[in-house]
Amino acid sequence: MSRSGQRFNPVISGLAAIAALFFILPLTGLVIRAPWSSMTKTITSSGSLDALWLTLIASLATTALALIFGFPLAWLLARVQFRGKALVRGLTTLPMVLPPVVGGIALLLAYGRRGLVGEPLYSAVGFSLPFTTPGVIVAESFVAMPFFVITLESGLSSMNTRLEDAARSLGASRLTVFRRVTLPLIAPSLLAGTVLAWSRAVGEFGATITFAGNLPGVTQTAPLAIYISQSSGKIDEAIALSLVLVVVSLAVMIGTRNRSRSA
Amino acid sequence: MRNHRARMGVAVICLAIVAMLAAACGTSSSSTVRTTSASQKVSGAVVVFAAASLKDAFDQIGKQFEQANQGVSVKFNYAGSSSLATQIKQAAPADVFASADTTNMDTVTNDNLASGPKNFASNTLEIMVGAGNPKHIKSVSDLANSDVKVAVCASDVPCGKYTQEVFKKAGVTVHPVSEETSVSSVVTKVTLGEADAGVVYTTDVKAGGDKISGVTIPANQNVTAEYPIVALKDAPNKDGATAFINYVLGPAGQKVLQSFGFKPAGK
Repeated sequence: MSRSGQRFNPVISGLAAIAALFFILPLTGLVIRAPWSSMTKTITSSGSLDALWLTLIASLATTALALIFGFPLAWLLARVQFRGKALVRGLTTLPMVLPPVVGGIALLLAYGRRGLVGEPLYSAVGFSLPFTTPGVIVAESFVAMPFFVITLESGLSSMNTRLEDAARSLGASRLTVFRRVTLPLIAPSLLAGTVLAWSRAVGEFGATITFAGNLPGVTQTAPLAIYISQSSGKIDEAIALSLVLVVVSLAVMIGTRNRSRSA
Repeated sequence: MRNHRARMGVAVICLAIVAMLAAACGTSSSSTVRTTSASQKVSGAVVVFAAASLKDAFDQIGKQFEQANQGVSVKFNYAGSSSLATQIKQAAPADVFASADTTNMDTVTNDNLASGPKNFASNTLEIMVGAGNPKHIKSVSDLANSDVKVAVCASDVPCGKYTQEVFKKAGVTVHPVSEETSVSSVVTKVTLGEADAGVVYTTDVKAGGDKISGVTIPANQNVTAEYPIVALKDAPNKDGATAFINYVLGPAGQKVLQSFGFKPAGK
């Protein structure tokens, strides 16, 4: 029954090894083909730095928005009973399975200059989201926030609410219960959801290029810069930038995995 | 003992996978071996990698070519010419490459992946604006106005390179809101009204119908884009590639191209 007593199964281990190799080999390819001699020069070129900086800013803003708006949504889905909940859950998590380009087109039709909400907004204040950095954040939020919501929702649903009831009955205020009981219990899923949403935002491509366009320094995030480089034959630039994303994402993934396990 | 068994297990699985891969390779290579008959009869699929700006015209040519050659199907991969050139260099299984400029064609021929491209059409640039030209754009220099949102092609794709030439000839500095990856994305942004204007090919304005309007760029500021086409050396369907290219260069293909607004090749 104990974990260490699991029998070593050659079939399972073999298949698992193939699965692991399947993911490791492409990354190895990136490392081997990387233009190591010109690496620092390529990464610190102004174009690459702009793209990386924008990626960082936009993905952090997306994560913040996910926390501010996604947390209440996850709470609602996990704790409150209301009609049409299944539909709301389905619609708000749809972007997870939707091709991001479809998301980009839908965003244009809603928040674009001629869009459902975008048109009145534009005529009122003369601002429209496409081709702006806030547009990038909107595109990333559309794709990334559902990952946060669904992770947190499952954490909230699987939590034992009787602990909260017990704290309440012992006289703790709502806020205290939330801070001292709920939050520590959902911390692992909160962290996992945050990291998932952030990393999805970092990698977002389809919705961003469709909705926000591609302009260096304004809407060209690292994935867009990588796509432009590789499609114009500058494969070295593409690989160098890709490696930066790989290293950063890997560090964050491993770091938070260790934390959420010890939590 | 256990360790030994584990190794055996892994080895067996690896062997099984190698065998599967080998089998897959075997079938695919045998299916690509074609009987190259002496007659001009072509068959099978012809895979054409074509510049995004050729889409409407080539879709039509493809249909006619299939009708003229029973048993042939033409499959198109449309994208920015630079993307296509990269894909071809990474050994994408293409038979024909039709580029929107000579630069991207050169990168393919310089890598010895094809030789002897022929120009089959030419195109010029035009300013695409919303229907009725709401921003009253009259010239290239109007694109420099700060209240005009201009979408252009990225300078790495042919239409973007030509656009920069036009801006240079007109002596204007334009700050676009977006550098799109292909001319079709520029068309989309103008058609949806997100951008006020876009620099596209004359053929795109013609294809846009009444959703958009065009503003002509005078000849002294304009450029002529030559479209070269070539059969690739590693083409899986060499006969098909040659037949398709001959069709494009022939009277039927030229007629279709001109009906979509393309001009005859310069030379």
